[in-house]
Amino acid sequence: MKHILKILVNNHPGVMSHVSGLFTRRSYNIDSIAVGVTQDSEISNMVIVVKGDDSVVEQVKRQLLKLPDVIDVEDLAYHDCISRELVLVVVKVEDSNRTEIISICEVFQAKIADLTKTTMTIEFSGNTRQVEHFMEMMQKYGIQEIARTGQIALKYRST
Amino acid sequence: MPKTEAKISGARLMVELLEEYGVDIVFGYPGGAILPFYDELYKSTKIKHILVRHEQGAIHMAEGYARSTGKLGVCIATSGPGATNLVTGLTDAKLDSVPILAITGQVATNAIGTDAFQEADIYGITIPITKYNALIKSADDIARHFQEATLVALGGRPGPVLLDFPKDVQTELTSIRKVDKLKIDSRHYQKPPIGGDLDSFAAALNKAKRPLLYVGGGAINANASKEIRELAEKGNIPVTTTLMGIGAFPGTHQLSVGMLGMHGTAYANKAVLECDYILNLGARFDDRVAKPGEFAENAVRAHIDIDTAEFNKRVSVDYLLHGDLKEVLKALIPKVNKVDRPEWVGFLDTLKKNHPLEFDDSTDTIKPQGFLQKLYEKSKGKAIVSTDVGQHQMWAAQYYLFEEANRWLTSGGLGTMGYGLPAAIGAKFGNPNKTVICVSGDGSIQMNIQELATIAMYKKGVKILIFNNNFLGMVRQWQELFYEERFSESEWNYNPDFVKLGEAYSIKGLRIANKSEIDKALEFFLEDDDARILEVMIPAEEKVFPMIPAGKSQKDMIEFSDTVRAGKK
Ligand SMILES: Cc1ncc(C[n+]2csc(CCOP(=O)(O)OP(=O)(O)O)c2C)c(N)n1
Repeated sequence: MKHILKILVNNHPGVMSHVSGLFTRRSYNIDSIAVGVTQDSEISNMVIVVKGDDSVVEQVKRQLLKLPDVIDVEDLAYHDCISRELVLVVVKVEDSNRTEIISICEVFQAKIADLTKTTMTIEFSGNTRQVEHFMEMMQKYGIQEIARTGQIALKYRST
Repeated sequence: MPKTEAKISGARLMVELLEEYGVDIVFGYPGGAILPFYDELYKSTKIKHILVRHEQGAIHMAEGYARSTGKLGVCIATSGPGATNLVTGLTDAKLDSVPILAITGQVATNAIGTDAFQEADIYGITIPITKYNALIKSADDIARHFQEATLVALGGRPGPVLLDFPKDVQTELTSIRKVDKLKIDSRHYQKPPIGGDLDSFAAALNKAKRPLLYVGGGAINANASKEIRELAEKGNIPVTTTLMGIGAFPGTHQLSVGMLGMHGTAYANKAVLECDYILNLGARFDDRVAKPGEFAENAVRAHIDIDTAEFNKRVSVDYLLHGDLKEVLKALIPKVNKVDRPEWVGFLDTLKKNHPLEFDDSTDTIKPQGFLQKLYEKSKGKAIVSTDVGQHQMWAAQYYLFEEANRWLTSGGLGTMGYGLPAAIGAKFGNPNKTVICVSGDGSIQMNIQELATIAMYKKGVKILIFNNNFLGMVRQWQELFYEERFSESEWNYNPDFVKLGEAYSIKGLRIANKSEIDKALEFFLEDDDARILEVMIPAEEKVFPMIPAGKSQKDMIEFSDTVRAGKK
């Protein structure tokens, strides 16, 4: 089972090693980590996607809360949060399939960020499932390079 | 207008902060990167610095001091090799929840990251083995880091903290001596409110017919001995302790069933099997005690701890309460019924009678168990005992009883050979009027034997008992039982002459090998407050029983009588 952990931490160097070290030490499997500063420049938001059953994730949460630089940990369930991931992908293009790829991008609302005679660099963002579908579609053209940010997430608001 | 304070150097400030905090003793070893700090220490009239012979000795001394006094233990080391020599001690303190402040020198900030002379990334190295650590980047940050570090070390579940102190920050001037806003959340140092439902918790306990208290080191950190005794006596609930919990409940009390786990008493381990309710008080279901899925499987399991990460970590529980153990017990006791449990208590008394701690005492050779019984009688309830790691540690845990907390110093979580001697020295500094005995083996004592010099230099009357079996005894025991007596690298036929070694440091010593010599030897050992070395020759084949083989459960316990029956005495 995948869990999205939203972790608020003090924004200073070393905190990332404290947090990620806790995961490696206990050999918890991290799918992705994304970090960025919040509206308060002293505080960063980390989103970590982990695999594990509920009791493992509960243990992770409690261990995280023991770190002095961790302010809060929230386990976001997939259904009540908006999650996004950004990918940049370079695919091979030929004259014969260029329009085909462009129309797929249109369907997915992906942006073409760069174009050469033989390659196309596409920017796409969406939730995990959308990203996976998009990558599947690109597969057949030959993927030359990928950069993914890892997921970021926020809870849906009730008001 | 706030009066502008005069600027002082970072090193001066650090010393003043230690003084204001009430630290009067630190254990350490100087070096280039910590010299400005040592220079300020030299001028201090309030702080006594104990010069050790190895930084590992310094941190174990700080641990022995902290555990025996309940105060913060402070140790100092220089950068690089000095700092890395603290690593074992920090890990030890983390696993046994000992409040330690380590201050390390670091190369100047502009040299950090360049592989400068004697540079080590001690901040990075100690991330997983400290509760809090920081690289101090500016003298203006010293006050905040100091405050945070000391609060964290002693707050909640105690543990080690480390401040890495670059040389230029030690000389940098600052006027910031106090901070009003800490960066860390108060939950890391304030007592948490009681979490959980006291009523249903108490109801489950009141329903139990055969309850058992399982007490860990957390009980000692929480200073909860009085409350535990009250709870036990009110409900007539027998008490077993972990290795770390020894002393939290009087070992001589009628309700005490001694230590449980791998080398616990047979009656404690049988009590775990027979109880219908077990209440964990500040223990952690350690793997030397509890096998997940099999530990007290027929009992309702309950747990009180200050660290929520301990709940359901290895063994799942039915009831839990979060908070400071002393506070939680105070709230719980009024809700617990006063009951006599003649059947259950009587049953355990019979177990004690039928399955006592046993050893074969029929020969003239000295048996460590019998020796420790005598040592206990001679120094009853008065001594602080530290141990190293191995068979001698387990025998001491079994045969030396404690009336009070903070008298038993042992490396429980990490099992650090080399802990005993420095821990005893630290304890003696903290308790100059008490008898402090280090129980060690011929292997362990050699891991920090250089600290004999510290004993000699400061004239500290530490009593050192060495059980010499010319073996790494505990390793041999495992090899005998589980590796068909292939004694791979556990035997050595070379030991120094420990008595002469002591003499080289002006410490009096004696070696004995015969039972008839015990009384005299003990008299010599304990006669005054001077340091002594007593080397006791014991048979190599002597084993620690009972024993639950690693990874097995209470059901698989082997008792001494089992081996006798199998003709393997
Ligand atoms: C630093 C360290 N190295 C290795 C071990 C593994 N170990 C555990 S007990 C033991 C033997 C201890 O021998 P000794 O100190 O002579 O005590 P005895 O068991 O003979 O009483 C060893 C090597 C350890 N606990 N710590």
